[in-house]
Amino acid sequence: MNQCCAIDPKKSSPGDAAEIFARLEEERVIAASERLDDQRFQTSFLVPDMHCAGCIGTIERGLLSMPQVESVRANLTTRRVAVCWTKGSKHGTEILNFLNRLGFDASLDDLKQTLVDQDAAKGRRLLSSMAVSGFAAANIMLLSISVWSGAEPQTAQLFHLISGIIAVPAVAYAGRPFFQSAFSALSARRLNMDVPISLAVVLALLMSLFESLSGGAEAYFDAAVTLLFFLLIGRYLDHLMRHKARGAADRLARMSSKGAVLIEQGCPPRFIELAEIKPGMCLRVNAGERLPVNGEVLSGESDIDRALVTGESQSQSCRAGDRLEAGVLVLTGSIDIRSTSDAKTSFLAEITQMIQAAERGRSFYVSIADRMARIYAPVVHILALLTFIGWTLATSGDWHLAIYVAIAVLIVTCPCALGLAVPVVHVIAAQRMMDHGLLMRDGQTLERLNEIDHVIFDKTGTLTMAEPTVSASSQLSDQPLAVINALAEKTSHPAAKAVSRHIQSLAEGPSVDRQADLTSLSERAGYGVEAIWQNQRVRLGRPTWVAEIAAGNNLEIKHHGVMFAVENREIIGFTLEDDLRPGAEATILELRRMGFAVSILSGDQPEAVRRVAERLGIEEYLSSLTPQEKIQHVQQRQAQGEKILMVGDGLNDAPALAAGHASMAPASASDVGRLASDVIFTRSDLSAVATACQIARRAQVLVRQNFALALLYNSVAVPLAVLGFVTPLIAAIAMSSSSLIVIANSLRLTRFSNLGKSTQDRPRLVRSNGGSGRSGISQPRELAA
Amino acid sequence: MTHLLVLIPIALGLGVLGLIAFFWSVRSGQYEDLEGSSVRILDADEDDRPL
Repeated sequence: MNQCCAIDPKKSSPGDAAEIFARLEEERVIAASERLDDQRFQTSFLVPDMHCAGCIGTIERGLLSMPQVESVRANLTTRRVAVCWTKGSKHGTEILNFLNRLGFDASLDDLKQTLVDQDAAKGRRLLSSMAVSGFAAANIMLLSISVWSGAEPQTAQLFHLISGIIAVPAVAYAGRPFFQSAFSALSARRLNMDVPISLAVVLALLMSLFESLSGGAEAYFDAAVTLLFFLLIGRYLDHLMRHKARGAADRLARMSSKGAVLIEQGCPPRFIELAEIKPGMCLRVNAGERLPVNGEVLSGESDIDRALVTGESQSQSCRAGDRLEAGVLVLTGSIDIRSTSDAKTSFLAEITQMIQAAERGRSFYVSIADRMARIYAPVVHILALLTFIGWTLATSGDWHLAIYVAIAVLIVTCPCALGLAVPVVHVIAAQRMMDHGLLMRDGQTLERLNEIDHVIFDKTGTLTMAEPTVSASSQLSDQPLAVINALAEKTSHPAAKAVSRHIQSLAEGPSVDRQADLTSLSERAGYGVEAIWQNQRVRLGRPTWVAEIAAGNNLEIKHHGVMFAVENREIIGFTLEDDLRPGAEATILELRRMGFAVSILSGDQPEAVRRVAERLGIEEYLSSLTPQEKIQHVQQRQAQGEKILMVGDGLNDAPALAAGHASMAPASASDVGRLASDVIFTRSDLSAVATACQIARRAQVLVRQNFALALLYNSVAVPLAVLGFVTPLIAAIAMSSSSLIVIANSLRLTRFSNLGKSTQDRPRLVRSNGGSGRSGISQPRELAA
Repeated sequence: MTHLLVLIPIALGLGVLGLIAFFWSVRSGQYEDLEGSSVRILDADEDDRPL
């Protein structure tokens, strides 16, 4: 990308700003693309709104009609569109703009391609292993059934040999995932479920080979491969769930700022990547973008939104000399900053380090399946050993028979049902979560969610919506209404947007149509907008600034508000209030009913926090907290034995999110916040929090039932095996039936509809507004032209 | 007995053919987007070649 200075000097003439901007955009697209050869690029676009056959058709056919596009493939599972295109001026940006024109909120995919490939390769390997073991299991079972139904000894031996010929390569191929896992566990001096599995499969195979070569009557080939087949089904389901959930989480996790525009003397502005930024560089941040690194404002004025950084809900203004943190959103005008950090030492990076430290604590969590394995694996091994010793003693040294019985014990106890008990439930639970607009990171989340007893909410952006609404205003007459609306529409400031929405909701009559003639309109960062209307100045903005031009009456100036005035006339005031997230009250009630304590930790001003807490009836709240204080608070409580579910969205919540026993974030959260949380809810309704807890509870009940069923099966089968009554036929029947029972029990989760009424009805309404994913994303479009 | 010597290889051979077909389908990416495949069939203009 360094060539941009040299490429085309005539384009860099100052004043040709649009041209420079377009070139920067194109460079961004190319930076995110994979270069296939000199002329061709492959780019992956995230299209979260794609959700049906129509969307796929529109996108693929639409893009193919563009001359530079060679091939297109839309993937609905990961919501990505892979486009292969040829190089040319603005070719990449045209594709992106085209997607946006079609009505899809598309953006560049910044996920490392190698990660995606690795994931896909793992899935293919599991699927192939499953197919091989399934093929072997079916054929060997067919041969075994003829043996069991009384084949002549010669035929039986032939069948055993054929079974062996099929089983050995099949186990060698399909058993790899288990052998590798068992090997790495053993080399770390641990035991996991894969150790007894591998042992049983390998021993059964070796013993059966020995038996059939030496003309023995019985062989366990079928048991060995069937076991692998069932377990691989469980593994593949587990992989599918992770893959799907990750695809979903990743498509939300766009980096806030992938780079910045570098301003250098004697050189046109050019785009540089985040890693290239060093302290002391001069960077331009345009309205709607986030600061990539910490910086000091050099020139320009703008309103800034610190909500994701500090939790403050009200926007502030900044001017030359102010120091800003990475992640601050620039609202109204472009500013030039001098970077005071690089990407590794910025505020964002500090937060990331705190998160990593906190997550280390969480990684000590042991999933229920692993806890079972820790007890189960040694018990199984000891049992098989004791059986061997017992039979050797009882038959006075017939070690051949003793080994045979001991292997039968290993096969019968093998955690076939246990291997399915957890993944099947988790896959179905993940699907239920998705139906309710909840994206879950992995199955462990369900277990941790189920253990919590205290829910802590952040305020700004979590309990309240990110944008304020007008809660009260002075008496409005028709004429200023149109003027206020026209002024408000001229700026992207959230307060102005709130006023504009308020007016449009008020004036549903003929007055909206009236156009106000405004001239010499200007925006003053940090104050508001000003214009001339009917030869008089009009202002909309901060109370003190508006009051300067108004008539001398001393209307009380509200702390949290916007005012409007026509020169020398009366002031009109709007009181702004944080809008509660839909379903907030009902959710708090529901969480209380479920027996959780509820509290608020906020970085916002005490007054704003108190108002929200009172409206929701939450007694326990803390305000003006720094990220460090938040994480300390969460850690202290957890040290006292509480299990905390942290629900938050901002950068300032991210460490606390990572420290919580479980955590949730809305889709509108900062990227760091989303990455630190276990569950992301894509609909604006807060009831998702209660729904997630309910699904988790239900799933854990089913997991426990499954374990109970599997253990029940073992308590019947193991004594039979130890006593030597288990033949390959009995082992095959017992194993399959216990697996089927466990799967049938897990499927009951799909019929589970006992979610609270408040949580059942609302999400459906939201869905009709345009699908999941779209609802909450309030991030600026990075590349929309 | 002699029938078996002919029939079993045939049966296994057919099974292996199926397995090879499955491998090909995995390799050619037909399992990469299960959701997409389920809706693509509804689109009348869609050409249904894999990839």
